[in-house]
This record gives sequence, structure tokens and C-alpha cells, in this order.
Amino acid sequence: MDRIPILRIGNLLLVTIQVDMHDRLALQLQDDLTSRISTTGARGVLLDISSLEIVDSFIGRMISNIAAMARVLDAETVVVGMQPAVAITLVELGLSLPGVRTALDIDKGMSLLSAYTSTDRDRLEPALPATADGDGSGGG
Amino acid sequence: MTDRGKMTKSTDGGRIAATLSRHADAILPEWTAKQLTRGALTDSLVASQCSEFLGLFVAALPGGVGSIDKKEWGPTKEFLGTLSRSRAAQGFSPSETAMFIFAAKEPMFEQVRVDGGGNGDQVAADLGALTSLLDGLGLYTTEMYQKGREELIRRQERDLLELSTPVVTLWDGILALPMIGTLDSGRTQVAMEALLQRIVETGSQIAILDITGVPTVDTLTAQHLLKTVTAARLMGAECIISGIRPQIAQTIVHLGIDLGDVITKATLADAFRIALARTGRAVAKVGGAASIASAAGAGAGVRGTSTAQP
Repeated sequence: MDRIPILRIGNLLLVTIQVDMHDRLALQLQDDLTSRISTTGARGVLLDISSLEIVDSFIGRMISNIAAMARVLDAETVVVGMQPAVAITLVELGLSLPGVRTALDIDKGMSLLSAYTSTDRDRLEPALPATADGDGSGGG
Repeated sequence: MTDRGKMTKSTDGGRIAATLSRHADAILPEWTAKQLTRGALTDSLVASQCSEFLGLFVAALPGGVGSIDKKEWGPTKEFLGTLSRSRAAQGFSPSETAMFIFAAKEPMFEQVRVDGGGNGDQVAADLGALTSLLDGLGLYTTEMYQKGREELIRRQERDLLELSTPVVTLWDGILALPMIGTLDSGRTQVAMEALLQRIVETGSQIAILDITGVPTVDTLTAQHLLKTVTAARLMGAECIISGIRPQIAQTIVHLGIDLGDVITKATLADAFRIALARTGRAVAKVGGAASIASAAGAGAGVRGTSTAQP
């Protein structure tokens, strides 16, 4: 069965959706991603949907769900590269994806996430000194 | 008196035409005089239009009695169509345009009555035929006038639609969409698609929706705006709404429209300043008064900052 690959870059996970999303694939992705976040301790998820041409309410909700699940696991999700037609469709469907961060491309998404994770780590560092380093070596 | 019965039965178009052309010199000045009291056209132009119409009318009469749908009336109608459209374009009212025809009735009837002599039945029949023809042509004039106006409106609508959706690049990474006119669904859709497409093409992170030129905002307009903002946000660009006039701000609150966490600014200049700040830029004065780098984005300001940027 097809799987959507999840790539790890530092403490981020990159998910690039390049095939038509059908419902089972979407559910599989949710499973894979949540388990990868918990095993790697990733702090951010980049969801690249620039090749996604068609969306329905299910896919829209799945994106929203992935972001919510990741947040529960302390990882921030950024959806990158949404096509204009997809954006209009989601808005017309009434899915404005509140709480999901977005960026125009992977580059901007990564800088957004790194800004987010670095400020977050600075805040946490005095209390939990080994978070990022420990996660990085454990996952690799 | 023997041929009187025959004459009353049917109207002879040729006879009316002969009467009219014989007395054209009497009809035209009177008719023209009636026109001038109503319009702002020059005397000579109206006089030439009247005489051209009379010529066409007389030419069509012999075969054209009964209905203006007959093919004899083709040239007359063509002339009237041109006349109506030009008067519509000049801003004349429909009744003023139709009076071009109706003013001809009195002088024409007078001549028909005089020529008919004591033959009351013949005069009545001729007048009836003439009236129905002139009425038909008068209505046709109004119809053409209406068509001329509709063409004008359609053209203006089309122009407006094209005018209303320019997406302007204010700076590297900053787009502006100056919206002008009433926002209906169709126009907002076109504008939204144009904006989103440009966001992808230019990789712009900030888009400014300027509604200075939008006369009124109702719930539907606000909904369209919010949809555009949300769609842009989904793609990873931030939207700023600018150009909100005081009355519109009041309307938005009275209608209970929730603009949520959308950034709103009173002027495009304010929005541009925020946009520059968000993209890590600042505008500063460079020396002399000539190179004021104002955030309003005037020509002088653009030169000033571009030299300062590297």
C-alpha cells in the first residue's frame, strides 16, 4: 500500500503530498506522522501540499486534525504551498483552518518554524536543558 | 363625388406622400421650430435631420402604409436608430428623443387637412394612417434610444470589471489590491483569484486590500473580504485591509461584522508601513527634502528608498 514519506530535517519533519489524497492514505498519514513525532521528538512539521490540486472537506479536516494532533505532541505544523484554487475551495467549504500556520513555500515555512522553535527552546532551556540535543541524537 | 366612396375605403400612401412633399416648405419650418424649444441641438443640424427624415418618410409612404414593419421603412428606421443612439449618448431624455417624431404630427396633419378640402372621410382616413405610422416610428425611436443606453451601460460595466481587479506590486513581497466600486460576488471572485494567483507568482508574503474606493460595506461585502483574507492566509500570505472610512467603520460595527484578527488600517500608507515592518524593512529619510522616502509610496519616495536599500 502507498505511503506518504515523512522526512526528517533537524528537529523538523517534512511531509510532501505528491499523490492524490484518498481517505485511507490520509488516515495512514495521521498514524505515521503522530508516531514519528513521538519517536523523534520533532518540534515542527512542514506539510507541503503544493502538488495537491483537489481537496474536499475530508482532506481539509485531515489537515486541521494533523495540526491539532501535532500540537498535542508539542510540535508546530506549518502548511506550505497551498494552491489558489485549493485555498478558494477550502474557504467556500467553510474550512478556514483556524490555528494552522501557513507559509508560501518550504523555505519560508522553515524559517517560520525555526523562529518558533528557537524562541520556544530559549524559554524552556533553563528548566529542561537537554531537550533538543537529546531528541536529535535519539532519533538519529 | 362619384369617386368619394372609393377613396374612403382605403388610404392612398402615394396621395399623402404627394401632399407632404408638396408642402414640405410649410411643414419643415414649423416642425423644426417645435424641436428647438425642446432640445439643445443647433438649428441647422435639427433642420437637416428633419428634412432628411421627411425625405425618407415620403419615399417610404407609397408602399408602406399600414405597418412600419414593411421593408419600405428600412432606411427610415436606420436613420432613426442612428439619431436615437446619438441623442442617447448626448444625454437627451427618451421623451425628448421621441418628440423628434411626434412634433411632426401637427404640421403634417394641418397640410393633409387643407389638401383634403371638404372630404372629411378621406382626411380622417389619411390622418389615421399617418398617426399610426408616426406613432410606430416614435416608439421605435424610444426603443432604439433604450438600446443605445443599454449598450452604454454594458460597456461601462465591462470597463468597471476590468478596472476593478488590478493587483499592484508595491514592493518586493508586498502586493496591493485597490478595490473600486460596489463589491458583488462576481467581481470579488475575479479579484480574489487574481490576487491569489499573483501571490503564488511573486511569492509575496503580504497583501493589502484597499477599500478606499468601495462606497458601502454590507454583510455580504464583508463576507467576501473575509473570504479573500482567509484564502490568502491559507496560502501563507498575510492580508491587511486598508482604506476604511469612518462611516464604513461605523457600519461594520453596527452590522455586527466580526473582522476577527484581520489587521485593519485607516489608510494605505499605514498598511504599507506595517507591511514593510513585517518584512523587516524600514523607511528612512535620506538627507535633503527632495528625497523624502514617504511610506505613501509616491514616485519620489520609491526613488529615495531604493537608493537606501543596498
